[in-house]
Amino acid sequence: MELDQALQTFIAESREQLEDMENALLAVGREEEDESEKVNAIFRAAHTIKGSSGLFGLDHVVAFTHVVESVLDRVRDGEILLVDDLVSLLLSCRDHMGMLIDAVANEGADAGGGIAEQGAPLVARLRGYLDAPQSADPPAAAAPAAAPAGDAAAEDPADDEPAGADRWHISLRFGPNVLRDGMDPLSFLRYLGRLGAITGIATLSDAMPDAAEMDPEACYLGFEIAFESDADKAAIESVFEFVRDDCSIRILPPHSRVSEYVRLIRELPEETARLGEMLVRCGTVTAGELEAALDTQTVQSAQPSEAPRQPIGAILVEQGSVQPAVVEAALARQKQVNELKGQESRSIRIDADKLDQLINQVGELIIAGASVNLIAQRAHNVELQERASTLSSLVESVRDSALQLRMVRIGATFSRFQRVVHDAAREIGKDIRLAVSGEDTELDKTVVEKIADPITHLVRNAIDHGIEPAEQRAASGKPAQGTVRLNAYHDSGSIVIEVSDDGGGLKRDRILAKAIERGLVEPGRSLADGEILDLVFEPGFSTAEAVTSLSGRGVGMDVVKRNIAALRGSVSIASEEGVGTTVTVRLPLTLAIIDGFQVEIGKTAFVVPLDMIEECVELSAEPGHDYTNLRGQVLPFIRLRDLFKVEGKPARRENIVVLKYAGQKAGLVVDTLVGEFQTVIKPMGKLFGQVRCISGSTILGSGDVALILDVPSLVQQAIQQGAPQVSSKQAAVAASAC
Amino acid sequence: MATERKRKKSAPPLCIEGEMSIYRARELKQTLHAPLEKTATIEVDLSAVTELDTAGLQLLLLAKRSAQARQGDLRIVAHSPAVGEVFALLQLDGHFGVSAPASSDTPQRH
Repeated sequence: MELDQALQTFIAESREQLEDMENALLAVGREEEDESEKVNAIFRAAHTIKGSSGLFGLDHVVAFTHVVESVLDRVRDGEILLVDDLVSLLLSCRDHMGMLIDAVANEGADAGGGIAEQGAPLVARLRGYLDAPQSADPPAAAAPAAAPAGDAAAEDPADDEPAGADRWHISLRFGPNVLRDGMDPLSFLRYLGRLGAITGIATLSDAMPDAAEMDPEACYLGFEIAFESDADKAAIESVFEFVRDDCSIRILPPHSRVSEYVRLIRELPEETARLGEMLVRCGTVTAGELEAALDTQTVQSAQPSEAPRQPIGAILVEQGSVQPAVVEAALARQKQVNELKGQESRSIRIDADKLDQLINQVGELIIAGASVNLIAQRAHNVELQERASTLSSLVESVRDSALQLRMVRIGATFSRFQRVVHDAAREIGKDIRLAVSGEDTELDKTVVEKIADPITHLVRNAIDHGIEPAEQRAASGKPAQGTVRLNAYHDSGSIVIEVSDDGGGLKRDRILAKAIERGLVEPGRSLADGEILDLVFEPGFSTAEAVTSLSGRGVGMDVVKRNIAALRGSVSIASEEGVGTTVTVRLPLTLAIIDGFQVEIGKTAFVVPLDMIEECVELSAEPGHDYTNLRGQVLPFIRLRDLFKVEGKPARRENIVVLKYAGQKAGLVVDTLVGEFQTVIKPMGKLFGQVRCISGSTILGSGDVALILDVPSLVQQAIQQGAPQVSSKQAAVAASAC
Repeated sequence: MATERKRKKSAPPLCIEGEMSIYRARELKQTLHAPLEKTATIEVDLSAVTELDTAGLQLLLLAKRSAQARQGDLRIVAHSPAVGEVFALLQLDGHFGVSAPASSDTPQRH
């Protein structure tokens, strides 16, 4: 059970790591950031996934990730340049890792055999980079056949990538009686030297006690040796034949898997980190592999015993026998682990369902609180009223905090589009960059989840239709690289997301021609610019001359519009021919609880989202007119009584609620202004799905139901009513669009 | 006082002659550690060492560690080819702060 939970955490974290990896990969080549930082980020992601997969025994994930990591390690060392081809390959690898993780998520830890095989071509390509000489050229065509033919590799080519070294690794620990028995370990080493070359050796005297206890006639030494030789294992073993009984010997063949080195490290008596450094020192493993070893060790033992590591690192550097880089790697590792611990303690993961439950309960609390308030007022008990108002303000802040829990930055969603742009642009052979701004804008998690698809559509549209081919861009004096821009900001209770491009813009005459052809517009009618552009949201409307794999099939903008409308949002388009197009999506910040403003017509209560109210003024219009003079400006309005056909006589003094939405203003004539009201939005049943100008309902403190007004459609309606030049036909078009 | 004593003590490096091997290990342990009672940093002249085996090497490592534990050090000011050969074999030149052996290609052992 517990393991299962840990596995879930692993899956979630791995996905995050993959996301980081993707972001860093896509950021490669952008000048504004530090290149090595990106490479480190990519490496870290791959490395962490490998480390944690090992923990869960997900050998196939470890195997694949290790190859990726090995390539990245060489990239980090500057041996391989992170060129375009490699970035694409690594992106594919990232996807494959994603699939492996998904398989684990769906089928449990034993899954993934079949998918692992799909990774073989990727592994082959990766090995091409690994086997290549240390040149900067991308050896894209390097044959997988060049893979090392060592024993381990031959046994299981798809398995773990051999460690960097093509040498034997010999680990010796001499028994205390060796010297007394008349044998000198040094002579064995000299003899070993005849079989090949000792390329690296580290002397370990850790077992030696302090001077007081040290027996000068006992042997305490051990050696870690990297040994280059053509001799076979038996021949190497035979070197130590005479001390075999009195000595512990471990011999690892060349190209052993890193996991075997890690096991070796674990089996030996010395402290793991120290040994790891020793292995690096004698050249058997690289700094990256050392990190891997340290990583697994830290995760597994979870001991905070990092303290001894640093002094040892310092000593090694002092000896001049270790490259500072290696120690830096170990130190950076320590630091990272510490930082990670800090982060872990600062955030926790919560099931989204639990959050939803909390929000629902807060909603009930608000309704209950409202009814307490009402009763307190009716009871004319001042003390009770005071307490009730304290209670409401507390409930209000609980509501805010609860809603805040569900708020997420839109940045994560935006960064997903880096990949979309990268892939799509490549697919159709355009050079396009994605510029993102306003990533810190927060919005409700449920909204975020639902806008990803519509935004993807818009981005693909911009890539395909928006950005012109390079030649055309050059001809019109634009930079060859097209730009698709994503921007987000808050605006009066809504979040606004803009998808813009610096492409050719929409061609009004062509849209109009097409609309006439499809019978959407009567020929000869003159339409305002905005109205023409809005036609692209009509079902089955596409102006692309050619259907490409990306878009142009005529399913698109109308679906986008419908999806966004379903979120109580709206979408509009602005375009200048030759300069570019901007699609603006407006969405409510939250779908659950809002600050509302309660108004009444007779005895019927309505709620208007407070964020969209500009001001309230007394009605002072000439009878029969649908507009009024608001400080010198024409303000069209709607009489709510007429709109909903509420019976009864209008109050003697009516009021106008001035609504603002997407830069437009409209008035709403009501009888009574009741005041602010915390509104828990209850969705309308399916039966009322087609009802316009109502976006939901809520329950008042008295237990009565109030309808929540749909401000966007009200504003639109008011403006259309107040604009007599709009024909009924166009009004119908606009109406069907909203 | 302390500096004076140190200067007095460290002025003549500790000179070890003959073989540094298991046969003299007990004696050598004393020899190496005696000066460490008085001063943290010692200098050792190994130019007259004819043979160095694991036991001798161990004692050098131990003495260096003891010295370092007291914020001092063990410095080898001179060494014979026999010593250089061992240091080269074990790649310990850096550890003992001696220059890479240029003339120690010919191991001299009996």
